[in-house]
Amino acid sequence: MFSVVRTIWYVLLHMFHKRITVQYPDEKPYLAPRYRGRIILSRDPDGGERCVACYLCAAACPVDCIALQATEDPTGRRYPEFFRINFSRCIFCGFCEEACPTYAIQLTPDFEMGEYQRPNLVYEKEDLLINGPGKYPGYNFWRVCGVQIGGKDKGEAENEGPPVDIHSLLP
Amino acid sequence: MTSPYPILSILGILIVTLTLAAGLIWLERRLLALWQDRYGPNRVGPFGLLQVLADMIKIFFKEDWIPPFADKAVFVAAPAIIVVTVLMSFAVVPVAPGIIVSDLDVGLLFVLAMSSLGVYSVVLAGWSSDNKYALLGGVRAAAQMLSYEVFMGLSLMGVVLLAGSFNLTAIVEAQRNLWFVAPQFLGFVLFLIAGAAETRRLPFDLPEAESELIAGFHSEYSGMKFGMFFVGEYLGVILISCLITILFFGGWLGPVLPPIVWFLIKVMFFIAFFILMRAALPRPRFDQLMSWGWKLMLPLALANLLITGAVVLAWRS
Repeated sequence: MFSVVRTIWYVLLHMFHKRITVQYPDEKPYLAPRYRGRIILSRDPDGGERCVACYLCAAACPVDCIALQATEDPTGRRYPEFFRINFSRCIFCGFCEEACPTYAIQLTPDFEMGEYQRPNLVYEKEDLLINGPGKYPGYNFWRVCGVQIGGKDKGEAENEGPPVDIHSLLP
Repeated sequence: MTSPYPILSILGILIVTLTLAAGLIWLERRLLALWQDRYGPNRVGPFGLLQVLADMIKIFFKEDWIPPFADKAVFVAAPAIIVVTVLMSFAVVPVAPGIIVSDLDVGLLFVLAMSSLGVYSVVLAGWSSDNKYALLGGVRAAAQMLSYEVFMGLSLMGVVLLAGSFNLTAIVEAQRNLWFVAPQFLGFVLFLIAGAAETRRLPFDLPEAESELIAGFHSEYSGMKFGMFFVGEYLGVILISCLITILFFGGWLGPVLPPIVWFLIKVMFFIAFFILMRAALPRPRFDQLMSWGWKLMLPLALANLLITGAVVLAWRS
């Protein structure tokens, strides 16, 4: 019987406690920088698309919401012809970001993507691409990899020696 | 003595109680939120007050569906019974001197009788729904009311002995010197518990028990019929709070402020207390409820009555 009275008293005291509710539209919650929200495609520091259309994100996606088609420009640089994310399917698991070898696909701390019509949740490449490098400012995949593209020949990448002359006998 | 303006009293009490019952929906949600570290409805209008209006519009436009397997006449009558019986009880509630619909000499008996009739609503609703959960709720309601009705009446007999009348106005007037809560504290506690059980409020909402029985006796109800049960429940809370105020806390008696204000303050305090009980206490098991009712509350009520009677006898002789 005493415990009942004590319970009532303690619950009464709760009116002096701090409210837990975050009054959302007026008061935005703090989202960590690594929050998994709206997906974007980032660019190199020099402005080129980072995505090399390797399909790893589409393969990693557990709900198959990513669709893309690879193509190459005349200099041999791969990029997606189209890149489409269906956000009405996306579960924001972040597996695509983990799978991406070039830091191109990234999740951002933004979740306010409400739409009245479902087709509007299908984002095309121009909706996804942003004008910056996202979470990895200095990283430029094409400057690190050994693949030859326009403006960068074999052996010109960072930390890459000149190509070995396989026809020479000299060490 | 009846009111000098009977029509005005009837309309006034009707309008105020029904508005208060609707307002309680908002008040309950706000207070529950207050005690659960939340805000509650605070978006619609000032302090979320227009939430009541929004809820009412919503409930009016909901589909009012009668299940094809239900006993139609009884199904429709059940929600009306609870509202009618509770509103009938308000006829004898003296709000302030002169503001009363009918000053019956057996006012207290009338209230008890009406609250007993109100049980029909729940039992018939549960039975006519032809739904096993509703039936379980109805059966629980019948058993609960039966056991709690007994000591509810007995716990009030101490007050009647002290006041020497069943007339509610006379009972209030008898408390000029001392509120009956002091000599009848046990009776007050018993009546509080019985009142919560009578209005099927948490922690005694076993006929409803949404975690076990979906919604208990009103599982099959929708639209305004469901709304009637809701209004009936809130009216019941107001009625029990009024009765506690009248029987144990001196009704409209109080210094400085006008009588009606004192009455409203006291009633609101007990309404808030009922909501606090809902926020704080868990629901007992059904067998616990029954055994408390018969093995603890009833003997206590009888002992209270016996001792009060003996003291009053000794005092008078």
